[in-house]
Amino acid sequence: MAEEVVLLDFWASMFGMRTRIALEEKRVTYDYRAEDLWNKSSLLLEMNPVHKKIPVLIHNGKPVCESLIQIEYIDETWPDKNSLLPSDPYKRAHAKFWADFIDKKVNVTARRIWAAKGEEQEAAKEFIEILKTLESELGDKKYFGDETFGYVDIALIGFYSWFGVYEKFGNISIESECSKLIAWAKRCLDRESVAKTLPESEKVATFVSDCRKKLGLE
Amino acid sequence: MNQEEQVKLMGLWGSPFSKRVEMVLKLKGIPYEYIEEDVYGNKSPMLLKYNPIHKKVPVLIHNGRSIAESLVIVEYIEDTWKTSHKILPQDPYERAMARFWAKYVDDKVMLAVRKACWGPESEREKEVKEAYEGLKCLEKELGDKLFFGGDTIGFVDIAADFIGYWIGIFQEASGVTIMTAEEFPTLQRWSEDFVGNNFIKEVLPP
Repeated sequence: MAEEVVLLDFWASMFGMRTRIALEEKRVTYDYRAEDLWNKSSLLLEMNPVHKKIPVLIHNGKPVCESLIQIEYIDETWPDKNSLLPSDPYKRAHAKFWADFIDKKVNVTARRIWAAKGEEQEAAKEFIEILKTLESELGDKKYFGDETFGYVDIALIGFYSWFGVYEKFGNISIESECSKLIAWAKRCLDRESVAKTLPESEKVATFVSDCRKKLGLE
Repeated sequence: MNQEEQVKLMGLWGSPFSKRVEMVLKLKGIPYEYIEEDVYGNKSPMLLKYNPIHKKVPVLIHNGRSIAESLVIVEYIEDTWKTSHKILPQDPYERAMARFWAKYVDDKVMLAVRKACWGPESEREKEVKEAYEGLKCLEKELGDKLFFGGDTIGFVDIAADFIGYWIGIFQEASGVTIMTAEEFPTLQRWSEDFVGNNFIKEVLPP
């Protein structure tokens, strides 16, 4: 049967970026459908009725929601190329722990830097601490997955395209505080899957400016 | 079995997260040493060593290495002890669905119920509504199945242990009603079957 893979996504979403990178790593051909988050399509509402959010991966008509779950699904469905998760149970658990850490800590704090008035400085300080914890986990490894680019790298790298936004509103310099993490991000950008997926910082900055206007923050 | 191979679980007797791991260890017949942690009082040096990031339970220690976060631990157990009671399906799509619903229980339902029961009075109505809707969504997902996992207890059932046992206690203690047998006959039936399972019963608090 011919495979049909569709991805409902929004270009600036660091979560959607995860799924795109995973699909690219596996060389899976897919149909990218851009969603307007202020005017969600009936397909999105049908395929993700519970959360009504992107990204939604639709494989042969069946939807898979939640980006980390999508990465695992992609890894299990197309196992031949570029394993995204380790096969060793302990290393898998370790990777899932850190992806869970990223989901629980990075986004919530980062959002407060640009989307919550009066919380910028405090959130920025917390954000740096979180990045330092991740940097400590990375250590001297090439990737979070050691020699292999994988699950944790994919979970985090999308946020790099938003670093300019966090620096601007949080009045911080991520490069000076977490230079090893920046070096890691640049190594990831050398990969075609990442380079093709991450948007330009300036484009994200313009988008955030528009969002802030809509939220009445500027 | 040498010392290192032995499974140790650091837990808290009243925690649904801790119990998730114990339930799976029991279902799979894996012997383990249980270590009760005084999480709200004095966190032990062992906990701080094995879970320095979150300093929380449950923490599983196996072959000298630690794993934290209850659902991550459950998947580790599933990946490591392949022979007995399967918690996750084999098919990648079914696995993705199980992970989705387990995450839904964690991120939406449990949080909403806790906020509804223990949160500020001013937010109560909103949180009760959210908890109610979350539970309705789960009731619909369960449908005619015996368990969320089908004929046997699976990943989502384990994740939803809170609903099986703790929700009744929370409602009684807080005076907030969210889930009644009349409004949620399917979840009520599931609850009784879940809690009635011999392995589950063995680990539930008295």
